Amino acid sequence: MAGTVDPLFGIHAQALQIQQRRMTLLAGNIANADTPGFQARDLDFKTALEQAMGNGSSTLNTDQAGHLDGAGTQADPALMYRVPLQPSVDGNTVDVQTEQAAFMDSALRYQASLSFLDGKLKSLLTAITGE
Amino acid sequence: MSTMRIFDIAGSAMAAQSARLNTVASNLANADSVSGDAQSVYRARMPMFQAQLDAANPESAGVRVLGIVESTAEAQKRYEPGHPLADAEGYVYAPNVNVVEEMVNMISASRSYQSSVEVMNTAKELAMRTLTLGK
Repeated sequence: MAGTVDPLFGIHAQALQIQQRRMTLLAGNIANADTPGFQARDLDFKTALEQAMGNGSSTLNTDQAGHLDGAGTQADPALMYRVPLQPSVDGNTVDVQTEQAAFMDSALRYQASLSFLDGKLKSLLTAITGE
Repeated sequence: MSTMRIFDIAGSAMAAQSARLNTVASNLANADSVSGDAQSVYRARMPMFQAQLDAANPESAGVRVLGIVESTAEAQKRYEPGHPLADAEGYVYAPNVNVVEEMVNMISASRSYQSSVEVMNTAKELAMRTLTLGK
């Protein structure tokens, strides 16, 4: 059901996947907090969700046969480099506190989506079993 | 599966930070290992970290220890003519270990290790909750 809102679960299935992707990225940032020259990255949830829903267009408009739509050539628009608050001398842009806060935020949102899904599943079960 | 990728990343960070703690322990243990000549004296070691990019998942990077390098700082020269290891001019050579620097390194490594443990715990909890979805 890619590209449409699932009638039962809404956007939560996609939201879970995006939060998981974001947490993986943030875990990478935290892991590289002491790596010289490492540049922290983060995911923009809104853009990523639009992409997942199929609304976000990352291709160029074409009106001639010879035009290229640029698909597959652009970097992921949802993926962005973090602007460091306190840049360090070795070129590392990881701010551990910021990353930890973002990770916590992402984990909480993941749990929120899980709760929504859980509620939906439970009410479905009630409807099926009638108990 | 990508949940497990978080475990890989946090695990690589923990391994790298413990390698760093090991070098700190080695440096502190040898801070007073004097030698009779400047060449054979113990030199402070430190790990070099590098982001570990995975071709299958270019987005997320773990960390790996590229290697252990030795500090090129000069060994400390001390005049101790009574020392059994002293050279002809009465000097012994102490390692170029800076104890204060090592202590700071130790605290930094232990904090980073703790961060990774925290990440791993959160990922575990979320995975467990996902597994019990609808129960």
